[in-house]
Amino acid sequence: MDGRSVVPPYLQIVQQVKQALRMGVLEVGDKLPTVREVVAATAINPNTVLKAYRDLERDGLVEARAGHGTFVRHRPPGPSPGTHSRLGRSLIRWVAEAREAGLDDEAMESLLRMALRAETEEEIA
Amino acid sequence: MIRVQAVPEAATAIRTSGLSKRYRRVTALNDATITVPEGRISALIGPNGAGKTTLLRLLAGLTRPTGGEMTVNGGTPRQDPAFLAGIGFLAQEIPLYRRLSAEDHIRAGAHLNPCWDGESVRERLAALRIPLDCAVGTLSGGQRAQVALALVLAKRPRLLLLDEPVAALDPLARRNFLAILADAVAAGGLTVVLSSHLVADAERVCDHIIMLAVSRVRLYGDIDTVLAEHQILVGPRKDTSAIERDHRVIQVTRTPRQVTMLVRRCGPVIDPAFQASDVSLEELVLAYMGQDPPPTLARLTSIGDDE
Repeated sequence: MDGRSVVPPYLQIVQQVKQALRMGVLEVGDKLPTVREVVAATAINPNTVLKAYRDLERDGLVEARAGHGTFVRHRPPGPSPGTHSRLGRSLIRWVAEAREAGLDDEAMESLLRMALRAETEEEIA
Repeated sequence: MIRVQAVPEAATAIRTSGLSKRYRRVTALNDATITVPEGRISALIGPNGAGKTTLLRLLAGLTRPTGGEMTVNGGTPRQDPAFLAGIGFLAQEIPLYRRLSAEDHIRAGAHLNPCWDGESVRERLAALRIPLDCAVGTLSGGQRAQVALALVLAKRPRLLLLDEPVAALDPLARRNFLAILADAVAAGGLTVVLSSHLVADAERVCDHIIMLAVSRVRLYGDIDTVLAEHQILVGPRKDTSAIERDHRVIQVTRTPRQVTMLVRRCGPVIDPAFQASDVSLEELVLAYMGQDPPPTLARLTSIGDDE
């Protein structure tokens, strides 16, 4: 949880769960920690956690089974976890190469932003 | 500041209207109107001397208002066992007997409170590895605060009022303290108001905010709603009267070329010259704290009413 982010805390939880699903850290059938477990471990407001779980449920990604907990039902649409980890690995190689060439984190981040923008503009053109 | 919310009476833990407290010549709290729905953890934020302690003491029935009205847990705060049974109040200076142990306090609490859950204190303190049999005076400040919180929760209050409970604690003790609090709220049936000047903690554990400055309520409401209502507008330094007319400007910063405004929106901002971005809770708090003198409702509603 990033206190300085302007992304509301509940959305940060939603995004983190979705990310875990995309990366294959969480799989269909896995049980999410209970609200009380999350709260006791993180001191995040319980209503915030509940709201995040309700959002995930509305999106059909998880389902609450009364008395049992909240379980993963679907992965978010998109490529399989394998694709993510493969692309992640090639990005790690790229970062190592950039570091070797003397780029710092900030320079790499702005390069990535530029590349994302250039690619979006190409799509539009 | 008046704000009307459609909250049914049953779901409201605190409702005050024009609440004021004057001590001889000093006005400690002026015309405070707030609502806190049940089940919220509300951050009472403001600089020292803003009236935070006065508001908490009024809500706890420890002092009587000189003006206005309030309803807490469906009743009027007063020194009466039935009302006080529903209230937990933890004063700034942790009120424990330094020579007695946590276990002594648990036993004393059982004599003094009609419904007392001593076992919950033992469980919470065991989880934090805080000894039950040592004089509390020998514990660290953080541990003492956790003992006091566990004890006040054993009373099973419906409303817990905490006056600057974490200000003096180190970051880890603070996190543990807030985790106990959040867990107690997750278990249900509890509303919390905690005063603090630490916005980062508030943002994490609280979902409601009451902002006080110079004895007045500047803003209150659910944090998500309050954040969504405000925006930062950055644009060229030009005539900003249209924005000032359509929205409520909380703070303006002008440089030779640019103007940055934090506004409370009334509808969407449509001026394409201005770039709008979201506001963080800290930015919002600082903007409201820096606001001086407070905008009066008269000034806000005067447009079109001028005779």
